[in-house]
Amino acid sequence: MDGAHDMGGVAGFGPVEPEPNEPMFHGEWERRAFALTLAMATPGRWNIDMSRFARENRPPDDYLSKTYYQIWLAGLERLMIERGFVAEDEIEAGRALHAAKPVEHTLTPERVATTLGRGGPTERDATAPARFKIGDRVRAKDIHPPTHTRLPQYVRGHLGTVELVHGCHVYPDTNSQGQGENPQWLYTVRFDGRDLWGEGSDPTISVSVDAFEPYLDAV
Amino acid sequence: MSGHDHHDHDHDHSDLSETELRVRALETILTEKGYVDPAALDLLIETYEKKVGPRNGARVVARAWADPSYRARLLKDATPAIRELGYAGRQGEHIVAVENTAETHNVVVCTLCSCYPWPVLGLPPVWYKSAPYRSRAVNDPRGVLRDFGVALPETTKIRIWDSTAEIRYIVLPMQPDGTKGWSEEKLADLVTRDSMIGTGLPKQPGSA
Repeated sequence: MDGAHDMGGVAGFGPVEPEPNEPMFHGEWERRAFALTLAMATPGRWNIDMSRFARENRPPDDYLSKTYYQIWLAGLERLMIERGFVAEDEIEAGRALHAAKPVEHTLTPERVATTLGRGGPTERDATAPARFKIGDRVRAKDIHPPTHTRLPQYVRGHLGTVELVHGCHVYPDTNSQGQGENPQWLYTVRFDGRDLWGEGSDPTISVSVDAFEPYLDAV
Repeated sequence: MSGHDHHDHDHDHSDLSETELRVRALETILTEKGYVDPAALDLLIETYEKKVGPRNGARVVARAWADPSYRARLLKDATPAIRELGYAGRQGEHIVAVENTAETHNVVVCTLCSCYPWPVLGLPPVWYKSAPYRSRAVNDPRGVLRDFGVALPETTKIRIWDSTAEIRYIVLPMQPDGTKGWSEEKLADLVTRDSMIGTGLPKQPGSA
């Protein structure tokens, strides 16, 4: 979706302000919101693309006014409410009011290390040969899906060069919608800065994005 | 409930206080319903506060500086090379290492969200997830570097890597002059988190 999360090249956000000796979390609620989000993925069984879409799919003023972990929290609430794990009246009341939904697994302390260590690899066996090879010129499609995509707006319609081929990976555009992993070839495509940002821009920069094969046209 | 301290939530009517209450409510509900185990939550937090962090990445960089064959393996296929040092897993399932040279400087960003190589760098700092960084890293990297107090020669090429899929990037910074033959442990002390994102440079010998 063309939402406020797609920030590449947007003007007016001001300088970057690094915080010296930044703590890992700012306040106890961030710790708990982080851990709840990771832990609920086990009984919840949603995938990372569903989580990302639940976070970004909100009005721009809402997205931009929330802190990072407030967005995580809002995303988690949405995933849980949609699937009947919690209800809004329970959050208001601060306690469980309805029977728990049966779940297959929960994240136990014994399984934390192995679950994190395993992670969620996204590479899958190829079902078709790769359409592009390193050095090929490609054009990023000018697409505007209303749902989750990983093709940022700032490269759409632009010419680039394939510089890495990463194998076939889970396709977030369908996986986020519960329409299957639908693995696709994944490439790193490099764009010249001037092609993206115009003639007057810094001639020394290039920008690479990771782009799935359906995002690209042959040139 | 978790038994953790919550500050001033009864007296502070700010938005943050609302958030604190909401997180507390959620943890209570999810625990009562048996979906989460508070001990697992504690362990998740402890893992990322105490065990996983940029010290891991610094060891990877130090080994690459000290050992040419490791450096070659890291640049060819970083995921197994990083696994050799025991770092793997969530948000680091597929890692690519990009090398800074005298001609080229690399900068990593995630314009769409916050993708970051957790096993080697830990959780991302606030600025990495912020709108100013995500918006400007791709079209004004020199300006962003100035925000960090870093000035590169005007002729240095800057390569920005926008982590738009599940590939995670780590920058292999240039080894500081005068550190040949140093132990990996000593070299690792020169490697900063920001030097592995590309918004900083390693410390110079003598300043570490």
